Amino acid sequence: MVGEIRIEGVEKRFLQQNGDEVTALSGIDLKIEAGEFVSFIGASGCGKSTLLRLIAGLNQADAGKLYIDEDEINAPSYERGLVFQNPMLFPWLDIYHNVAFGLKARGIYKEKKDDIQRFLSLVGLDDFHHSYPHQLSGGMAQRASLARALVNHPKVLLLDEPLGALDAFTRMQMQDELLRIWRERKTTMIMVTHDVDEAIYLSDRIVVMTPRPAKVKRCIEVTIPRPRDRGAGDFLKLRSEILKILDFAGRGQEPEYYL
Amino acid sequence: MKRINIWLPVISGLLAMVLDICLPNSFRYAALKQPYFLYVLLAVTVFFAIAMILSIFKNSVRLWTQHIGQFAGAVLLFLNVFNIVTKKLALLPVIFFPAPDKIFGVLFEEWSFLAVCVFSSAKLLFTGFVFGAAVGFLTGIAVGFSRQAAYWVNPLVRILGPIPATAWIPIVLVSFPTTFSASCFLIALAVWFPTAVMTSSGILNVQNAYFEVSSTLGAGRFYQIFKVGIPAAMPHVFIGLFNGACASFITLMTAEMLGVKNGIGWYINWQKDMMAYANVYAGLIIIAVTFFVIITILFKLRDHLLVWQKGVIKW
Repeated sequence: MVGEIRIEGVEKRFLQQNGDEVTALSGIDLKIEAGEFVSFIGASGCGKSTLLRLIAGLNQADAGKLYIDEDEINAPSYERGLVFQNPMLFPWLDIYHNVAFGLKARGIYKEKKDDIQRFLSLVGLDDFHHSYPHQLSGGMAQRASLARALVNHPKVLLLDEPLGALDAFTRMQMQDELLRIWRERKTTMIMVTHDVDEAIYLSDRIVVMTPRPAKVKRCIEVTIPRPRDRGAGDFLKLRSEILKILDFAGRGQEPEYYL
Repeated sequence: MKRINIWLPVISGLLAMVLDICLPNSFRYAALKQPYFLYVLLAVTVFFAIAMILSIFKNSVRLWTQHIGQFAGAVLLFLNVFNIVTKKLALLPVIFFPAPDKIFGVLFEEWSFLAVCVFSSAKLLFTGFVFGAAVGFLTGIAVGFSRQAAYWVNPLVRILGPIPATAWIPIVLVSFPTTFSASCFLIALAVWFPTAVMTSSGILNVQNAYFEVSSTLGAGRFYQIFKVGIPAAMPHVFIGLFNGACASFITLMTAEMLGVKNGIGWYINWQKDMMAYANVYAGLIIIAVTFFVIITILFKLRDHLLVWQKGVIKW
């Protein structure tokens, strides 16, 4: 089993336009098991996407280290596939060639050609090989971008609010698809989300983060057996527990501003 | 209402022919051996009459004639009025505003010499355009992807670029061995600037997320340049090429009028000096048609290469 991520004492600072430094992440220690489905949840702008970008290798940590299995992470690699909220399909390539992109970039297109067909079927886009991204609906485009990441057989799949832009029904359908792919591929999945229900429905473990600077507030194991029922008692109990940790439960907070 | 559109070109053409035949010519009009204008009108009218008949059977022809009908009718009406003003009434100075008969006459009688001129211009334009577009494209890519290149080349592009290529004529004509190479250089210069600027701006405007996604898919630096940056910048590149094409037409004409001793621009200038204005108009018609064809080819090429963004940029 491969695809274990270790995060050791990671810190990340950003320079603001006025010259001030903002600490986005501080002292993050986390271990994500191979094959685990983990969600990062927290208020928007709290730095969870930053952490995901560090794991992807798109940004470098200012202190601390990140490892995948035994190797240190310091650059992007196809081993860590990334799916954004916006599908970011290349508009000049049709769906088939979008999915083929990774294989061609790595020079293994000829040997692995059949995988493209397979992964397009896996995400239900059999009839759309020759469509261009602008001809696809939001959900279909996001599925294509999943296939594009999966065709590289990544050890870890990083999902940055992958379903955030979808309507409620497509979203629930896609959650089931994510679970199915995860079960079939046994890939480690790390997802950033705002949606507590989504986190509970999908994850083995939920990492709740505090805002500015982001720290790990609590790690919650989700022990509810799959398939999970969004309306069941234990589901709702966990939901209110997480909302409490996020300070959203009960009377609510004092508003930050008045109109 | 749309049905009438199909009739308009034929009606307008017939009207022009009837008036041309029935009205007496002005005494200041020296008749030609052949009524060339009448031939043109006849050809156009017959063409639209056939289209009219075909439109009963074929839907595509019907839609086309309905669309083009008003415009074609108006053009024929304009020629009709122009004919009456010049040939029939001689309201304008006869030397500077020749009758359509004379203009079409030049096209019919001197077509072989005009073809030589067009060919010579086309050779010059093509050579200059290809060099200018290629160098401009490469400059744009270098500036778009390399900070070093941007540092050294950007000021050069910004200072030299806006100078109209024609302003270099005095220097260029004496520094190149032949007028052909000099004109080539000028045209290339005119194409180079817009192509370089639009290519680099296209590349700099590519969303960074595309590069990030491609790097998590295993693409290296060069693969990203050629398979992400350049394709994403292509719509901009084509805008640069269109601007470059227009600038190259201007430069070609000026270069031919000032230095080169052949080509369609030179022809117009030469005929103007001989006060042969019918030939000047004929030359202008040929230029209009040629440039229209070139621009249309460029459009078709763009539509073919950029199917994926059909309708994103409209012309």
